[in-house]
Amino acid sequence: MAEYHLKTPISESEIRKLRVGDIVYLSGIIVTARDAGHSRALSLLAKGESLPIDLSGLAVYHCGPVVRKKDGEWEIVAAGPTTSARMEAYEAEFIEKTGVRMIIGKGGMGSRTAEACKKYGAVYAIFTGGAAVLASRAMKRVVDVKWLDLGVPEAMWIIEVEEFGPLMIAIDSTGENFYEKMRTEIDRRLKEEVYPKIGF
Amino acid sequence: MTSDLAGIIERASIMLLKAATTILPPDVKEALIKAKEAEDNPLAKAQLEAILKNCEIAEKEGKPICQDTGLIIFYVKVGENFPIRGKLRDILKSATIKATSEVPLRPNAVDVLTKKNSGDNTGRYIPWIEWEILPDSDILEITAFPKGGGSEAPCAAKVFSPAQGLKYVKKFVVDAVAQAAAKPCPPVLIGLGIGGTIDIAMKLAKKALLRPIGVRSEVPELAKLEEELLELVNSLGIGPHGVGGKTTALTVNVDCAHRHPATFAAGLAFNCWAARRSKMKVYPNGEVEFITHKILNELWR
Repeated sequence: MAEYHLKTPISESEIRKLRVGDIVYLSGIIVTARDAGHSRALSLLAKGESLPIDLSGLAVYHCGPVVRKKDGEWEIVAAGPTTSARMEAYEAEFIEKTGVRMIIGKGGMGSRTAEACKKYGAVYAIFTGGAAVLASRAMKRVVDVKWLDLGVPEAMWIIEVEEFGPLMIAIDSTGENFYEKMRTEIDRRLKEEVYPKIGF
Repeated sequence: MTSDLAGIIERASIMLLKAATTILPPDVKEALIKAKEAEDNPLAKAQLEAILKNCEIAEKEGKPICQDTGLIIFYVKVGENFPIRGKLRDILKSATIKATSEVPLRPNAVDVLTKKNSGDNTGRYIPWIEWEILPDSDILEITAFPKGGGSEAPCAAKVFSPAQGLKYVKKFVVDAVAQAAAKPCPPVLIGLGIGGTIDIAMKLAKKALLRPIGVRSEVPELAKLEEELLELVNSLGIGPHGVGGKTTALTVNVDCAHRHPATFAAGLAFNCWAARRSKMKVYPNGEVEFITHKILNELWR
């Protein structure tokens, strides 16, 4: 398990070096997107329109932050990751169409995302779920916010981060998926060890 | 006097919401520390260390532990002789709006039909209030219970046949925990309600989450079931945030109601490790006693 300090925009060759279990600290620009953000981005791209920010080489963060406005400037108060599984329906297409290099969230993603990571050169990394204040310490500035009509949690927050991490690589660009392996092990334990104890 | 009392309850409720979202209850914190000490999987230990460090900073800086500050729910027990009972709903709604901007909390109340976020954590039936009347009492007891969304997704309820009974309820629990894996932010707290109708079972499951970790059911058979289920779910090896390890759940709390002869209902509720709850008592003379977060008693007034 290696440790990397990366800066956006991240190149494909930098991403292809990363392996499941590696730790990354990220600096540069990350953009938040949850269900509604992914959905709007894909429908805009389908109509041939462009997104408010070019995401190629950047990181998308599954997060709906707590924010406050201080002296007219937005401030991130707490910003941990949300459950990534909800974005599984969108992520493969999102990676393909935006050129985003890193997806950050929690709880794992599925095989479609893993295939897209392999094909287009991207990774999925996790940050500790719920550790929102810890995450916000790495967030230096809100560069901009778009789509506030979706509500604060679903808006697209463009944030400058410094040494955001530790982020653990859970899907790498070879398509290796940490949580898929965990799934196999959990199911094995359930069937072989737990069921017999309760009479199944 | 009564309008003063309304003001006191509102002010104390704002503090209750702030404490709930920024400071973990002592039992949860202690359970997380124990889990960290017992852990020998380095990935799991790293997750627990990050969780504990996060909580330390949140408490010190008065910031929300988790950005998902939950859908706002209050459990209210009101003494039959407590004054201004009829104003409590309005008071709690107003406290919710004020806490949202003061703490601040994330606005989490979304209109089901228009998808519009109300922006202040209130809306149709929200904040949700669970009422209970205390006979022969003049005390008001309020528990703020902001409920995060990630651990709500795997909650489930099912009606089994009496022939399937407890055996199938156990399977229902282990299957749901295995299926949820990392998604509800383990180590989780699990509430299980059995009996009644399906909605009663679910309500009991949710209420069981209010019981502090380490306090077992007063019914010996249920206490035994709690221990058995805790051991079973922890043997799945999901671990903190699903990276593997010893602690998948910090507790399993079970409650039951008498059932219909033809049904065997079960409700299963999850709470993420950020198990936010804060309780206070209000006396009719306006005196306030904070129960979960005793530190507030010094800050009050």
